[in-house]
Amino acid sequence: MTRHTLSVLVEDKPGVLTRVASLFARRAFNINSLAVGPTEVPGMSRMTVVVDADGELVEQITKQLNKLVNVIKIVELTPESSVQRDHILVKVRADAATRLQVTQAADLFRASVVDVSTESVVIEATGHPEKLTALLSVLEPFGIREIVQSGTLAVGRGSRSMSDRALRSA
Amino acid sequence: MSKGSPISPSLMAAKSAGASKASERVARPADAGVDTAAVSPVLGPNNVVPPTVMTGSQAIVRSLEELGVDDIFGLPGGAILPTYDPLMASRMNHILVRHEQGAGHAAQGYAMVTGRVGVCIATSGPGATNLVTAIMDAHMDSVPMVAITGQVSSGVIGTDAFQEADIVGITMPITKHSFLVTDPNDIPHVMAEAFHLASTGRPGPVLVDVAKDAQQGQMTFSWPPKIDLPGYHPVLRGHNKQVREAARLIAAASKPVLYVGGGVSKAHASAELLELAELSGAPVVTTLMARGVFPDSHPQHVGMPGMHGTVSAVTALQQSDLLITLGARFDDRVTGVLKSFAPNAKVIHADIDPAEISKNRTADVPIVGSVKEIIPELSEALRALFAVSGTPDYTNWWTFLNNLKETYPLGWTEPDDGLSAPQRVIERIGALTGPEGVYVAGVGQHQMWASQFIKYERPHAWLNSGGAGTMGYAVPAAMGAKVGAPDRVVWAIDGDGCFQMTNQELATCAINKIPIKVAIINNSSLGMVRQWQTLFYEGRYSNTDLNTGHDTVRIPDFVKLADAYGCASFRCDRDEDIDATIQKALEINDRPVVIDFVVSPNSMVWPMVPSGVSNDQIQVARNMTPEWEEED
Repeated sequence: MTRHTLSVLVEDKPGVLTRVASLFARRAFNINSLAVGPTEVPGMSRMTVVVDADGELVEQITKQLNKLVNVIKIVELTPESSVQRDHILVKVRADAATRLQVTQAADLFRASVVDVSTESVVIEATGHPEKLTALLSVLEPFGIREIVQSGTLAVGRGSRSMSDRALRSA
Repeated sequence: MSKGSPISPSLMAAKSAGASKASERVARPADAGVDTAAVSPVLGPNNVVPPTVMTGSQAIVRSLEELGVDDIFGLPGGAILPTYDPLMASRMNHILVRHEQGAGHAAQGYAMVTGRVGVCIATSGPGATNLVTAIMDAHMDSVPMVAITGQVSSGVIGTDAFQEADIVGITMPITKHSFLVTDPNDIPHVMAEAFHLASTGRPGPVLVDVAKDAQQGQMTFSWPPKIDLPGYHPVLRGHNKQVREAARLIAAASKPVLYVGGGVSKAHASAELLELAELSGAPVVTTLMARGVFPDSHPQHVGMPGMHGTVSAVTALQQSDLLITLGARFDDRVTGVLKSFAPNAKVIHADIDPAEISKNRTADVPIVGSVKEIIPELSEALRALFAVSGTPDYTNWWTFLNNLKETYPLGWTEPDDGLSAPQRVIERIGALTGPEGVYVAGVGQHQMWASQFIKYERPHAWLNSGGAGTMGYAVPAAMGAKVGAPDRVVWAIDGDGCFQMTNQELATCAINKIPIKVAIINNSSLGMVRQWQTLFYEGRYSNTDLNTGHDTVRIPDFVKLADAYGCASFRCDRDEDIDATIQKALEINDRPVVIDFVVSPNSMVWPMVPSGVSNDQIQVARNMTPEWEEED
């Protein structure tokens, strides 16, 4: 099974996230991550869905998603032709003795400290999932208190716009 | 308020043009999808209604009228009460059912015989959840249906209010689409969109859930509304290159089979299919959902495939080198174990739903589109090929298949308990009623026998719950069919188990003068389950005895029950009375007729491909598998 990133342009209607999520559940497709938010076009949202599936299953997932009336367009974004980013917030144990080491580790990953207390710091990082995994393994010895992570966001490289093309064809 | 909007003379032309479109649609509904896609996606005559202030509930009724709806099945309750008030003054015929599931199946039956969208209405909460089975059934069998439900007022949605159920959420996986309306101004376009979605592309059920305050609120109604579905573009025309490639495969095949499914019925493409079949000379199998789409009497028809299909049809698919799949979906009841299904066949798969193509069986030549468009294109491409390279010679293939047809015809063995064979009863109903009758089955043994022993010569004569397998479908669906086709004889061929699930609609039939005929094939048990217990559970009959038949307490007594419902009722328990009883039923047309046909519980459905094995293991009787002559 390989990882596929699908960019799904949807109408911003109540229940559309449920429709997509319930479709995955109903058809026994596995979602690795899902991120959703508004786009530059009013009334349209964009979901980035990461799935683990082989080629035929991805085709079936895409076809089933396309049957949802609120789904306007689906594009598969390959790693080569797209920029893909995850976003993470990590609360790490850090007191006066270890704080410097923790913040230096964060610096190495170009992560930033966004909250400090006497017992902990919160680190914010953005990047490929691999980079974030590496960051977490470096922070792990200090004691990770909490992790909050977004789904993968992805956008195609170059000047083309998915919603532009979708609106033209609609 | 709901009729006679002012139409200026300049609009009259548009109206009458629209009206002729509407009558075409009744006759050939599949075309309507094509036509309206080009003209207007709003169903109905597209009357122009200038902005008029009314309530949301009036707008629901008015929208239904403008969409050309004539008949509605439903049952009121608190949250849909506002809509039932203007409904009383409407020209539309509302039929009050006794249970909402009955309304749903009736809408299905109506849709299946007429090709028009079936409409059912229920209230919130339990009213809506009672529709769920019928909605799921319509989804599995791609039946165009719009279900309208009342919802609690928008202000209390989410508070577990009285009779509140998240019906949009509950039905999400079993509807083609659904709407929750909280603003009355959305009603006209939502209704038009619901009918457009239900009737075009791959048909299916659409739910419109309307909050009570949206029904009561004021809005400005105008017609036709604008349909805004940016994500919905069903493809109708097949891709030229794919169609030519399909024709090349057909011309090169030596053992092709036209594997025909319910999509051909939904697309009203029987005539086109007949032309393609006769042009190609290939054998035709019609699935459970496609019985009658190709005449049973045609020499090229080799039967129904699947778990209880004919040996000739099942074997035709198994040994084929090319499946020409038209509006079928490689259901597990057809394929048996998928890996071993038609192992040497290439696959042409034409379907309006791209997700069906290569879902179960990978297609060599996928063609997305309506079979109404694709089949004639395929015939044309084939004719051009044959003109150059000659008509292919399928003589060996036909010799093989005709031999199977002769060696393994459908039949039955007489029961050894002295009771009637259920197959004979069903065969006689079909023979005495004829091909113009409508036959509506429940689910189980009687359903399979009705698919096997009635001769279907035309589409829209055979209705059943195929994908869902809903016991209790027959009586309400027959009721809907009779409303949709009042001039045809409509038989519900039901089991004693199924009948007890929905027979309350006999009251609806009797009171509304819907004279359906019900044949209860009473083997005093949940027969299909019992058959499996006989075959696979050493005859341990766990909870399948219903005590309704011969030598039992007869609870209920179906004759008395039907009598209590105001139906004519007969019991027939001897072979020699079968014909006379059916004739008596055929002569009664002022009320429903119920016949309790007391039959043997020991009769089984054959042939059968046991679950979990290859179709090559088809048995013509218990533990009897045909000897396959190796053909090449």
